[in-house]
Amino acid sequence: MGEEVKLFRSWSSPFALRIVWALKIKGIEYETVFEDLSNKSPLLLQYNPVHKKVPILVHNGRPIAESFVILEYIDETWKQVPLLPEDPYERAKARFWAKFGDDKVLTSVWNVFIKQGKEQEEALVAAMENLKFLEEEIKGKKFFGGERIGYVDLVLGLLANLISICEEIIGLKIVDEEKLPLLYSWMQDFAEAPIIRDNWPPRDKMIVKFQALLDAAIASSSSSSSSK
Amino acid sequence: MADEIALLSTWPSMFGMRVRVALAEKGLKYEYREEDLRNKSPLLLLMNPVHKKIPVLIHNGKPISESMIIVEYIDEVWNHKSPLLPTDPFQRAQARFWADYVDKKLYDIGKKIIWSTKEEEQETGKKEFLECLKLLEGELGDNPYFGGQNFGFVDVSLVTFSCWFHTFESYGNFSIETECPKLVAWTKRCLEKESVSSSLADPHKIHDFASGVRKRFAIE
Repeated sequence: MGEEVKLFRSWSSPFALRIVWALKIKGIEYETVFEDLSNKSPLLLQYNPVHKKVPILVHNGRPIAESFVILEYIDETWKQVPLLPEDPYERAKARFWAKFGDDKVLTSVWNVFIKQGKEQEEALVAAMENLKFLEEEIKGKKFFGGERIGYVDLVLGLLANLISICEEIIGLKIVDEEKLPLLYSWMQDFAEAPIIRDNWPPRDKMIVKFQALLDAAIASSSSSSSSK
Repeated sequence: MADEIALLSTWPSMFGMRVRVALAEKGLKYEYREEDLRNKSPLLLLMNPVHKKIPVLIHNGKPISESMIIVEYIDEVWNHKSPLLPTDPFQRAQARFWADYVDKKLYDIGKKIIWSTKEEEQETGKKEFLECLKLLEGELGDNPYFGGQNFGFVDVSLVTFSCWFHTFESYGNFSIETECPKLVAWTKRCLEKESVSSSLADPHKIHDFASGVRKRFAIE
């Protein structure tokens, strides 16, 4: 019986990239459906009525949403090249770091990107505290998953791309090779790994997009702080 | 060798209660340690250095943090009875999705109702809160539990909020039972289970607790 696997994504969604990587690492054939998030298709709204977001994996007609949920589904359905470890304690740790990545690291890096002046300095201090935990966690390992890329690498992997884009735009180092040597090294190794390397969105388009996001963030913060 | 299990938590925490429910479902004995969050114990800081939060489960000396991650760990390790997640990957994905929805939405929205000093924010909170509960009610459908015929992962994630309902209702001035009767019926069904009734705090004590916090922060 043929498997029908479809991935609804946008060209830039870093959360959807996690799923692209997972599918490719496991050698799963799939069809991509690109969504314009400013004009969501009826199908997207039907498949993810709760959040109305990408990524959505549709497997034999059945939709799964939320990147962490999709990753676990993929790992349980296609057992080759496992993403999560087997041991329950190691699995709990992997889930912990994935959640930490999204809840804390990403938010704190974003704050460094959009804030200015003193607020940016403070945001950088907060981001460094979070990044130091990752630096500690990767000690002694090439990837967070060990010798090869695993679940935590796929979740945190967007940092390997987004951080350098943010740094280029704001002219500020977030992951300094001297201060976070292991994390810096992981970012290089991850970004250059086969499959990962071949699937980054076009850098020039990303720079344009993130510059626009920064401009919008600055505009909205100055309009809310100015008196009328 | 017997398992050594300890739980660091605080009695009003709906997140800590999730772990208690899961441990009770599995019939596990454990040491409970009440934390004072204004004076965190060295053990808590050692076991959860990243977030310094409860709940933390310590199993044979190894810590696990984040309530639903802990619940999933408990389900995987003690898989001999009362499975909380189904075996089918698609159904597991559905369960994870809805538990994640509860996590993403209810706590932050609920905070607006209880702790906000602005009426507009409180009203928005109330509206959003009921929308979430109604969506969850729809997902429950005609099943006795979110897990279908059996109490499961999503039930654990949501049921512990129910002892806070009285507090939400009191500060938000609304009746959850009127708006979401099926959901309230579900909470009562869950409370018939020993694992739930022995793990949830008394709603009136929660209300007193919230009232105390509000006074301390000069909200009332």
